[in-house]
Amino acid sequence: MKPRNSVRDTLTGSRIDTGIEKAFKTIGIISLILPLSLLLILLIDTTVDGLPRLSWRFLTSFPSRFPDQAGIFSALVGSVYLIGLTALIAIPLGIGAAIYLEEYAKKNRITSFIEINISNLAGVPSIIYGLLGLGLFVRIMALGRSLIAGAITLSLMLLPMIIMAARESLKTVPQELREAACALGADRWTTIRKVVLPLGLPGILTGIILSLARAIGETAPLITIGALTYVAFLPDSLTSPFTALPIQIFNWVSRPQRGFHANAAAGILVLLIIMLLMNVLAMWLRMRLQKRII
Amino acid sequence: MLFVCAAVSVAVTAGIILTLLMETIGFFRSVSIKEFFADTQWTPLFVNKHYGIWALVSGTVLTSFFAMVTAIPLGLISAIYLSEYSPDRIRKVLKPSLEVLAGIPTVVYGYFALTFVTPLLQKFIPGLAGFNAVSPGIVMGIMITPIVASLSEDAIYSVPLSLREGALALGGSKLRSTFRVVLPTAFSGIAASFILGISRAVGETMIVTIAAGQQPRFTLDPRVPIETMTAYIVQVSLGDTPHGTIEYNTIFAVGMLLFMMTLVFNLIAHFMKRRFLRGVL
Amino acid sequence: MGEEMKEPERSPREFDFSGIRLKDAVITTEDVHAWFDKKPALKGISLSIAQGMVTAVIGPSGCGKSTFIRILNRMHEVVPGAGLRGRVFFEGQDIYSPEVNPIMVRKKIGMVFQKPNPFPMMSIKQNVTSGFSLQGIRAAHIDERVENSLKQAALWDEVKDDLSKPGSSLSGGQQQRLCIARALAVDPSVLLMDEPCSALDPIATAKIEDLIHSLRSRYTIVIVTHNMQQAARVADYTAFFYLGELIEYNKTDTIFKNPNLRRTEDYITGRFG
Repeated sequence: MKPRNSVRDTLTGSRIDTGIEKAFKTIGIISLILPLSLLLILLIDTTVDGLPRLSWRFLTSFPSRFPDQAGIFSALVGSVYLIGLTALIAIPLGIGAAIYLEEYAKKNRITSFIEINISNLAGVPSIIYGLLGLGLFVRIMALGRSLIAGAITLSLMLLPMIIMAARESLKTVPQELREAACALGADRWTTIRKVVLPLGLPGILTGIILSLARAIGETAPLITIGALTYVAFLPDSLTSPFTALPIQIFNWVSRPQRGFHANAAAGILVLLIIMLLMNVLAMWLRMRLQKRII
Repeated sequence: MLFVCAAVSVAVTAGIILTLLMETIGFFRSVSIKEFFADTQWTPLFVNKHYGIWALVSGTVLTSFFAMVTAIPLGLISAIYLSEYSPDRIRKVLKPSLEVLAGIPTVVYGYFALTFVTPLLQKFIPGLAGFNAVSPGIVMGIMITPIVASLSEDAIYSVPLSLREGALALGGSKLRSTFRVVLPTAFSGIAASFILGISRAVGETMIVTIAAGQQPRFTLDPRVPIETMTAYIVQVSLGDTPHGTIEYNTIFAVGMLLFMMTLVFNLIAHFMKRRFLRGVL
Repeated sequence: MGEEMKEPERSPREFDFSGIRLKDAVITTEDVHAWFDKKPALKGISLSIAQGMVTAVIGPSGCGKSTFIRILNRMHEVVPGAGLRGRVFFEGQDIYSPEVNPIMVRKKIGMVFQKPNPFPMMSIKQNVTSGFSLQGIRAAHIDERVENSLKQAALWDEVKDDLSKPGSSLSGGQQQRLCIARALAVDPSVLLMDEPCSALDPIATAKIEDLIHSLRSRYTIVIVTHNMQQAARVADYTAFFYLGELIEYNKTDTIFKNPNLRRTEDYITGRFG
């Protein structure tokens, strides 16, 4: 029996429809690639502008009124101190809170209240943390526009992120291991110390390093608490004024002279390289530690 | 002891609210609420002082508008493509790449907006000033795209296979099945992603501070310099404002409004997400 | 989609399979092999589905009956890794021929699934008309067609008072009848049903079996079922599958009372499966 032509035509369908499908696929790929290409252009543009300015002298000079003599030394050192202090404060607080919430807390109203709180804080704009720092640490606690005030402010800002990452990591530790330790007679804290924490550590470390990499690029809260934008000295104590890498970049971008824009670009390159290294470190650590334990 | 660590987070929220509240109350002792919400000029730093918040709010709204006009189409279409069309290999590479966009420091984006995007747009838009709302808006949009894309994609991905098959079995093309069945089902989740994007745009500081300007004005013209709520706070912080003055209090009043706005957005997004999860699973 | 066997053009064999002449067959499969990721699911299936009749497909789990029904409306290939070889003729046209658009096939051959899947964001009425919007058709006399389809699916009386209620607010059995109404609304020639009652209680099942009776002759129905009594109740013809092969295919009466093969008899009498 020969196929009836009308049936075949019915089943072939319109070419317009297939054309529209193909068009959408193209649009889809374009909308994925467009932002990424813009990022690429951004990076290329910055490199072209900033690379000439990048030199050892640039890294070791203080800022100056003259663009070609200015350097990011004070900003670099400030950032290093700042992140170091922030890590010292945020890590124990964050891990402690995560351990409490994952291992100890019962499912009651207080716990949900705390959890809601944390996820809410994660969505608060960074400048609000700056206002908190200004009102509470700089003024009321009279810490002044100091390194320590900046570090505490940043820690509080990172806390929700660190807690959530640490909790995720702790969640991946199988419940059977906790039960096994319990059956062997270990109390909760020992179990955590000897079993859960070592296993969760790679994930926690990765989360912390990634958060710190975020923090190193933060500008708004630091400006609000009074980090200075022109600092020609290195911070010598916890209470001394300071500047940081992103703030120096901001300062240079805000100046009208073109020379400073080149400095800003160079500063951006330094910042991005540092962030890249930190991210790579985080990935590498995760791979190394996971292999050894599991 | 560990409980204290967890309780710190509650203390932080309390701290934020109290700090903002204290200074805001101080502010409203000198300035009437009526003036704050009725006046459209914001000139607390000038001799002739006005305290109408609408100037700053319009700046925030204008820049956020352009951010969402960029992020929503890019983000949603990327999400649809990633979830429904892209082969696994492409998805594994492109999805994390999109996240990189969210990790770039905002000063870098600000630099880009000011030194690259604005001059570029000036070639096409007549009358575009060096500081304007379009340029930082678009750049913010690019930064926010991963938020919209990632959350929307999660929502779309969670739509059960049975609904997709049902649509296909009725003779629907992939495109029609996606737009008439899958997307409406994922709607609450997708809407939540939009609202979180808006929240992010409203709270963004450095991009608008660098590229949008420091001239508070109540306008809908995207080509002129304006000032957002966040940029104002930075502006005052850069100066030397003594504690206790009205100028000092203004940044907290503005901050309070900002905090409440983002809080409302985040809550709405949270409830929409919950509604989506309950509806689908 | 898998490699099509390259054969010289020839007309389908004029086989006469248990009394069904090719002329009365609306669908004919010819030596169909199907697989998922290289694992074979169907091996060399050739049979004809009679027009206007109810054909049941039975067999133990894993025998390929669901796969078989899904190759009939080209839903099989929706799953990644799925492949097929062979020909399936619908009204004389091979639906796996390269110029055929699978979407168009599904317009003529509809499907109802095991678990009722009404679209949650749509009302009852919108569910019934969803086929039109999915096919891009602007249908005339919508209300009439909705009422018609719901009547055919024996659901009209239960929902006519409020068609704007969400589809998900109905009971399981009602939801399945809604899915049937939805499938019928776009006027297919064939309705495929993949274990439509397995998620339903006996009363709902009975309602659907009655409805199948009433749909005969207007539609050709192919129903997969793991319940042999159901096959005996509703089907004119029954095909017995086992491990991906078609073991026996005949009038339902014959299969159940006088099967040709030992294996069929064993399955019918419950010795396995």
